[in-house]
Amino acid sequence: MATAKKAAEQSNLPFAYTQYSHEQLRDVLRKMYLIRRFEEGAEDSYMRGLIHGTMHLSIGQEASAMGICMPLTDEDQITSTHRGHGHSIAKGADVKKMFAEFFGKTTGYCKGRGGSMHIADVSKGNLGANGIVAGGIPIAVGAALSAKRLGNGKVVVSFFGDGANNEGAFHESLNMASIWKLPVIFVCENNGYGMSTSTARSTAVANIADRAAAYSMPGVIVDGNNFSEVAEASHAAIERARAGEGPTLIESKTYRYRGHSKSDRNRYRTKEEIEDWMTNRDPITLFETELKEFGVIDDKGIEAIREDVAREIAEGIEFAKEGPMPEISDLAQFVYTEEVA
Amino acid sequence: MDAAVRELSYSQAIQEAMAIAMEADERVILMGEDIGVYGGAFQVTGDLVERFGPDRVMDTPISELGGAGVAVGAAVTGLRPIFEFQFSDFATLGMEQIVNQAAKMRFMLGGEVSVPVVMRFPAGSGTGAAAQHSQSLEAWLAHVPGLKVIQPATPHDVKGMLLAAVADPDPVMIFEHKLLYKMKGPVPEGHYTVPIGKAEVRREGRDLTIVATSIMVHKALEAAETLAGEGIDIEVIDLRTIRPIDRETVIESVKKTSRLMCVYEAVKTLGIGAEISAMIAESEAFDYLDAPIVRLGGAETPIPYNPELEKAAVPQVPGIVAAARDLAKGVR
Repeated sequence: MATAKKAAEQSNLPFAYTQYSHEQLRDVLRKMYLIRRFEEGAEDSYMRGLIHGTMHLSIGQEASAMGICMPLTDEDQITSTHRGHGHSIAKGADVKKMFAEFFGKTTGYCKGRGGSMHIADVSKGNLGANGIVAGGIPIAVGAALSAKRLGNGKVVVSFFGDGANNEGAFHESLNMASIWKLPVIFVCENNGYGMSTSTARSTAVANIADRAAAYSMPGVIVDGNNFSEVAEASHAAIERARAGEGPTLIESKTYRYRGHSKSDRNRYRTKEEIEDWMTNRDPITLFETELKEFGVIDDKGIEAIREDVAREIAEGIEFAKEGPMPEISDLAQFVYTEEVA
Repeated sequence: MDAAVRELSYSQAIQEAMAIAMEADERVILMGEDIGVYGGAFQVTGDLVERFGPDRVMDTPISELGGAGVAVGAAVTGLRPIFEFQFSDFATLGMEQIVNQAAKMRFMLGGEVSVPVVMRFPAGSGTGAAAQHSQSLEAWLAHVPGLKVIQPATPHDVKGMLLAAVADPDPVMIFEHKLLYKMKGPVPEGHYTVPIGKAEVRREGRDLTIVATSIMVHKALEAAETLAGEGIDIEVIDLRTIRPIDRETVIESVKKTSRLMCVYEAVKTLGIGAEISAMIAESEAFDYLDAPIVRLGGAETPIPYNPELEKAAVPQVPGIVAAARDLAKGVR
């Protein structure tokens, strides 16, 4: 086994193919499909009036979520964003309980109190999506402070978007993580737009990773639509964090196919731009092509994954529909920690 | 056997409470600006860094938003941080993490986490520090479900309530009036708690109830002593906690005295006095009232620098005496 790994390392294979087994790689593809179909299923349920409120879809960003989370353990923690469905699934969440949450049911992850924007799964280390841009970044630094002080070996990943890089919380957090050498990885998923405002119009530096220099940490740019490239950067940052060498800023350049939220009329970008990303840079298509090229999977295998994912999504939606609504009399539950008798 | 009781200042009592909490529980850490070798802007942490080291008495950069968020994140993941805002006014810089994150995280996550963070806010006027270092913003935070907000008025209470706060699974905000820091009073040695959510009747009386918070408790007691010489018998309630409010103690007192006055330093409009007044108006005590309720609060201005103007901007003893006399005698 060791020799096989060494041989792979010496070859020119991309990182993921030297690091993960074929079975693991097929599972990555499966999860990328699971994220996409989950979001399509959520969107469809929203259109049919089964889900209210709004949602922020990450369709097109699946490789970024999977690449970052692949080297993490279940004990490692993440903070996520309003566009956090992919992070949640990549970190191991059950789509049944996610759908149930979107449907406002007590069988959901947050018992119907949080919805899409506050999806969390503490048992798998997901400390929660966040409705406030950059709101989760200092919380991730705090979790990393706990990890260091308690000596439990955990690392923490803070996901955020390009919009967050102009919030004060981002800058304050990177600075503190650096001066205290905390085991945290800052992952900026730059999809080019903070709502409608492009990074070119909002951000003084060409790359958000350039901000890292101001806080004396490595700033790494990766193609966020290339699973292996993202996983390689994540792996290196996690090793550095676990070794006590401090934080890293990873900028994962990607693209969201859908609008910012359900109110988006798409007036700030062209059809051609969107189609170009969908046709030429789709993370799932790219990964599939690569997997076939390296003999990890064939068309039949891909078809089996698609069918399996479709079944899991359908079951998830059924589970959500069947779950009970919260009792109105429980409105005030969870505001404070209940007295333990 | 009762613990020995000594005279300690309010700030010494806080420091002792923090030291006891840190001795008892490795997870308790202190965070804040210049709380290490400097000892804190008001010398509340003092020499604790020498005892517990810089890893547990952590100087933060001047980053109130990020710092508060780090404390929240640490609380959710196993530590018990006590975070000091150097001045309560700087809560304005940390509001996002306090209001959107600390207060709501348990609720949003359906009870999957608790946020056992304590935040300390040196508050109030009287130090000549002018408009941005003298505010009383406790009602802002008391408006937010998920937070607990306390205003201990004595060295005894601040020690016991801080120890209760550290043991509390939810976020507790402590507003400490800066003019109380040097005030001395009896403080038992060792560990004890004073419950959050319980008011204290500081002086029993028959003619009029004054509900006061923080430093105004002492001013109200002074006014009550003055009026006792005129035969007016005032009951003074130290509210101690403004979320959750101890309704029962206030309602029972008003039923007894039939007159209510609220005295607090924060800006009068939409302050704690409005809440107490509305609470009485909505309760069975309303039928017992013999006179309209009176509120004495801060002026509708920022806190001025000039010392005479500064005093005029918040209730003082002569004003409380005059208003209480009028109310007790039915003069309007």
